[in-house]
Amino acid sequence: MDVAALTLLALALPFVAALLAPVLTRLLGHNAAWVLALFPAAIVLHFTRFWPEVAAGEVVTGGYAWIPSFNVSFSWLIDGLSLTFVLLIAGIGTLIVLYSGGYLKGHPQQGRFFSFILMFMGSMLGLVVSDSFLMLFVFWELTSITSFLLIGFDHSREAARRAALQALVVTGGGGLFLLAALLILWNVSGITQLSLLTAFGPELREGPFYLAALILVLGGAFTKSAQFPFHFWLPNAMEAPTPVSAYLHSATMVKAGVYLLMRLNPVLGGTPEWQILLPLFGGITLIIGAVLACRQTDLKLMLAYTTTASLGMLVMLTGLGFPHAIEAAVLYLVAHSLFKGALFMVVGIIDHETNARDVTQLGGLRTAMPFTFVIALAAALSMGGLPPFFGFLAKEEIYYALSGFDLRSMIFAALAILGNALMFAVAFAVALKPFVGPRIETPQTPHDAPILLWLGPALLSVKGLTAAFLAGLTHELVSTPMASAIAGAPRTVTISIIPDIGLPLALSLATVALGALFYLNLDRLRAFVSSILVDIGWGPDRGFDQFIRGLIRFSVALTRRLQSGRLDVYMTATFVLIAVVLLGVPLSYGELPRAPFFAGDVPLHELAVMAIAVIGLGAVLLAADRLTAIVSLGIQGFAVAVIFLLYGAPDLAFTQFMIETLSVVVLALVMTRLRLSHSDHRPLGQKIPDVTIALACGLGFGLMLLKVTGVPFDATLTEFFNLYSKSIAHGANVVNVIIVDFRGTDTLGEIAVVMVTGLAILSLVRLRAGSLRRIADNDPDVEERA
Amino acid sequence: MRSVIFRAVAPFLTSLMVVFSIFVLLRGHNEPGGGFIGGLIAVSALAIYGIACGVETVRHAIYFHPMAIAGTGLLASTVAGLISIAARVPFMTGLWIYPSVFGLEIPLSTVMLFDCGVYLVVVGAISSIALSLEERGGE
Repeated sequence: MDVAALTLLALALPFVAALLAPVLTRLLGHNAAWVLALFPAAIVLHFTRFWPEVAAGEVVTGGYAWIPSFNVSFSWLIDGLSLTFVLLIAGIGTLIVLYSGGYLKGHPQQGRFFSFILMFMGSMLGLVVSDSFLMLFVFWELTSITSFLLIGFDHSREAARRAALQALVVTGGGGLFLLAALLILWNVSGITQLSLLTAFGPELREGPFYLAALILVLGGAFTKSAQFPFHFWLPNAMEAPTPVSAYLHSATMVKAGVYLLMRLNPVLGGTPEWQILLPLFGGITLIIGAVLACRQTDLKLMLAYTTTASLGMLVMLTGLGFPHAIEAAVLYLVAHSLFKGALFMVVGIIDHETNARDVTQLGGLRTAMPFTFVIALAAALSMGGLPPFFGFLAKEEIYYALSGFDLRSMIFAALAILGNALMFAVAFAVALKPFVGPRIETPQTPHDAPILLWLGPALLSVKGLTAAFLAGLTHELVSTPMASAIAGAPRTVTISIIPDIGLPLALSLATVALGALFYLNLDRLRAFVSSILVDIGWGPDRGFDQFIRGLIRFSVALTRRLQSGRLDVYMTATFVLIAVVLLGVPLSYGELPRAPFFAGDVPLHELAVMAIAVIGLGAVLLAADRLTAIVSLGIQGFAVAVIFLLYGAPDLAFTQFMIETLSVVVLALVMTRLRLSHSDHRPLGQKIPDVTIALACGLGFGLMLLKVTGVPFDATLTEFFNLYSKSIAHGANVVNVIIVDFRGTDTLGEIAVVMVTGLAILSLVRLRAGSLRRIADNDPDVEERA
Repeated sequence: MRSVIFRAVAPFLTSLMVVFSIFVLLRGHNEPGGGFIGGLIAVSALAIYGIACGVETVRHAIYFHPMAIAGTGLLASTVAGLISIAARVPFMTGLWIYPSVFGLEIPLSTVMLFDCGVYLVVVGAISSIALSLEERGGE
């Protein structure tokens, strides 16, 4: 198989695995993880083949035409940026699948969980390799949907359902921003592929739609990557099982927004707007995330808020535009994926073994879980940015980028130091506090975890160490190609584990000192932040609830106004609209038909038929009761059918006869069933408007018919059908041939409608009036009272 | 409406009308008629029978549930459209065969099967409505 086919297969593999997961889990139990982990491992293996080309600075594109007429393709773009993401997603994905095998061992729905997480993996892979806009959008929304399924996995708990819905609303809504942004980019440039967009960068940046496109892109990226003020959904998403938190909400999905910004940096970046908005929101998110993290006592929530902070850091670095800032973002992104994934899994192990995850109720676990302790410490050292871990390289590079002496550098350097110091404190609060100090009794006696649980975090921690020691190789394969792809120009990353003596190292030391201070005073810091938050008393999380409730209230009020539920109101509205259209359009355009031309010699039988129609109508108006009126309406209908017959439309006449007969029968039956009063009791005040509307409609239809018949008849279709009905369709009756052959697909649709209507009426007839219950209308006010 | 004469005549009238409806259905390709009209005639026949002799009698006489008849019709029409795919021509292309029965050549086609489907849907759906209305209306 060629590379393109293999790549397509690799992108499809997670979905195949998702399909197999439930069956495998039924057969093998939690050990299915070993088999399922082979799928992402195979993907890693496949994509490493692109390493030589990508390291040489090449961009590999490929794909298949999807809808060629709309210039839509299923195509991928593999450069340093997407390759690094692919390897992170599939690599960490392999470990997460194994970890889930241990974490959810014996869970009745473990198969479903595997299925969801593999589907997510497939969506995320598709997202980062997408070259075509449509594919990018589809996979973007797929990650939101699969994330919804995973957050709401424990769907019997209300908190999980709310968090899932919130994440879906925020990230899915952000997807719509992305869609609008892509439409603008496509409209301005005429290009539907990311790989070709860079060439249009200067034109876009100077064009009038730049700001609109930028804001929409930021709307998509900020919601997905939980930037202020959309940061609230991410901590709530911690309702998901820990493997999900480790994978989606730290290592992969939340980085999709950062990915988008990095991908579009050569196209939209470098402008003053870009360099103001990104660092501003990123910086705010960094500080808010780090401060809120200190306030938490739940291990998972502490990590969740630091993830928000880290994402803020990445957005900030992507937007700064300083030399080395892109390189720093690359290093930090990779380092963060490794240490945060590992730390989440460690927290999962603690939770799994002790059944507790509140930092104030854990202590002295080092003797019971020495191995887990080592892993946790390794990850925390990387997160704290201490040598010899990869996090150290990232932090040094950040301070290289920020160590200028202008005001802007100093402000962001101060933000970075504060944020990093707070995260340092949290890292050790998570990885050190539960293990040291006096032993605190936990609901469950802890042991070191089984292999499925520790393998993932251990490998990630080791990776954080080796990546730093083999910095040269890491830079050659990952950092340099990725930074070049983001910058849109060749960059080289050179930083190594041996620090240079200089300002960056001094800033690093300051960070560690400040972080240690925060760590020692964490309890006081927590109380302080809590008291401030209580004083503020409002956050975006509550704002989200208020927004949703307001939306529901508004829609309930609107629905009440528009949908009265009374048939006569609907009928009046419909007919008034018809009358307005039929009369208003010709009047406003001055297109009234000319007075019809009456032939003098109308045969007597035609006059007689018309007279019957008029008599029928008169009888309807004068009828004493409803039944007589219905039958009289039939008289008029029969007369019309006779007119059809006289003018050479036997099929139509035939049908009209049958329809008239049946409508009279059915109407009479409905009448008896509804037990309506025999005569019409409408008051005069209602009769007059009703009569007016009826007359207006009648007049409108009359005018329209006159107008239509006044236009010269185009006989093209008639000739076509007359000519070909016999020769192509073997039928002499043109009407029937049209119905069953020329336009057979229409008829198929119509009879399906007849069938469905029949079913609907049947169920309506079977409803007994007494059994009608009020249908839930989601009115929040009613729900509260209930 | 339950006069003795009506009740005595109704079964014959109904049978005649049903036979006529099938006649109209089959001749539809070349003369006025077709599945839709035929179906409507058959429904009128059943409605007359129902008014004369009661809904239960009609339900017994047609044996299947009217909605099952309609469903069969929809299936038949869909299958008639799908057969053309097996012949590697586009969906809904009319296919004709001319088998010879006792020396008489009879043209058969997917189009006819389609029209029969239309007939069954109309008969089933509308008689289902009429019958259920009559049933409840009499209470």
